[in-house]
Amino acid sequence: MKTLVWVEHDGKTVKDATLAVVTAASKLGEVDLLVAGSGIDAVAAEAARIAGVSNVLTADNAALEHPLAETVAPLIVKLMADHDAFLAPATSNGKNIAPRVAALLDVMQISDILSVESADTFTRPIYAGNAIATVQTSDKKLVITVRGTAFEKAAPEGGTANVVSTDSAGLEQSVSTYVGSEIAKLERPELTSAKIIVSGGRALASSENFHAVIEPLADKLGAAVGASRAAVDAGYVPNDYQVGQTGKIVAPEVYMAIGISGAIQHLAGMKDSKTIIAINKDEDAPIFQVADIGLVGDLFKIVPELTSKL
Amino acid sequence: MKVLVPVKRVLDYNVKPRVKADGTGVDLANVKMSMNPFDEIAVEEAIRLKEGKNGGGVTEIVAVSIGEQKSQETLRTALAMGADRAILVVSDEKVEPLGVAKLLKAIVDAEKPDLVILGKQAIDDDNNQTGQMLAGLLGVGQATFASKVELTADSVTVTREVDGGSETEKLSLPAIITTDLRLNEPRYASLPNIMKAKSKPLDQKTPADYGVDVTPRLTTLKVVEPPKRTAGVKVADVDELVAKLKALGVAK
Repeated sequence: MKTLVWVEHDGKTVKDATLAVVTAASKLGEVDLLVAGSGIDAVAAEAARIAGVSNVLTADNAALEHPLAETVAPLIVKLMADHDAFLAPATSNGKNIAPRVAALLDVMQISDILSVESADTFTRPIYAGNAIATVQTSDKKLVITVRGTAFEKAAPEGGTANVVSTDSAGLEQSVSTYVGSEIAKLERPELTSAKIIVSGGRALASSENFHAVIEPLADKLGAAVGASRAAVDAGYVPNDYQVGQTGKIVAPEVYMAIGISGAIQHLAGMKDSKTIIAINKDEDAPIFQVADIGLVGDLFKIVPELTSKL
Repeated sequence: MKVLVPVKRVLDYNVKPRVKADGTGVDLANVKMSMNPFDEIAVEEAIRLKEGKNGGGVTEIVAVSIGEQKSQETLRTALAMGADRAILVVSDEKVEPLGVAKLLKAIVDAEKPDLVILGKQAIDDDNNQTGQMLAGLLGVGQATFASKVELTADSVTVTREVDGGSETEKLSLPAIITTDLRLNEPRYASLPNIMKAKSKPLDQKTPADYGVDVTPRLTTLKVVEPPKRTAGVKVADVDELVAKLKALGVAK
């Protein structure tokens, strides 16, 4: 089976999410990558060094500077004439583009896969991760999004793929245009790829407390900072900190849930973490049912003490 | 201007799903069902546009649901919130996002709405596909994961939640929008409005009426519970926690 993987990048470097997709794609067969964008030579060169990749197809076109689904999907559909499967990471871009491709190919997409069981059978989470479904497709071509935390990352170096330029003439932004974006500046590791995550919830009670209590601990541990939906809705931190069914899905080595009760929507985003540590004053909080290590007590006393003792 | 709002009847988000012992699915017998939370946000946004907030110019809101007969209750909820009329496409078999998108395309072709607002994902299948598929089938613009919508006579400007922050796109109409949680706070239907909703028009159709084949492409072989986490330990104080962190190698 010949697979095509959409490479997530920021115009400069390949994003980590792509590496896990390469691993998933290699379980299906030969892996080609698609680097679409504007001025992407460096990204294509980096993509060609990823281990296990046969070809890197490039589409360099000013209309592709921002990956709008309306512009990218027709390009992918054209390339799918020579490929049997299209895979993208289950990131906001991947989730935006892949279903449009699937509809244009008249196939059902398989979203957010956790494993490849065979060439037509996959597992995926449903009901906020409270059940795992094994699904088999009858479609001739596959369109799949891949949960990044469920697959090992392919080695970013060691590959020697051919870089092949594809025809991207005629692509343009027509029915939709990109206006602008506001991307939060991160001084800490990125949430979805961090080894350690320190997450805060409603119990922090204010934005000031969140910064004063959670962030020093995160910095001491070299950790990324996350939050529950309650903390985001209350305005303590920006939206993109949110871990959960409707936010980011993470699976770090260590996840510290501080002042988070553990609603099922939150657990959906973090319960595959290797070790979960919970600090909460309510000993009956559901988070303790999934935590490997729990400490019952007042986070405003415990966390600063913990930070000072590390 | 007309807005179409597809809504789905799903297991209530507060209910913990139970996997059936025979591995055929999740037990939906005698459990509370509700409108998918993202769809409530879609209905609310349509109503606000009709009320003139965020641009306005909307004169009619049509709610649509595809599924079993009981989805009628979900449509009545949408009508009670403020939708003007409803269309129910009855199918006892589960319809996949691709089938739903094809049915919605047929309804769009018949109703000619200027805007379709869907939830970004249904909390049962967690697919996050239908809106994008519909936009692809119609060949129109899509703005997924919307946190802000501003409508004018011929375009809509949408702020979208993306990894790392937000992004703004401008779409010409007709267009497809899918809602994120932060778009708005849905209203509750008042008792008088629930009574009024009972007399609002609700058309019943079948997939065959639209000539759409909704045969599933995916077969669910089995559904199992996720691996259970083993019971953890509680530590007594910070010193013990520090020792654990050191043992894990995350602290020196």
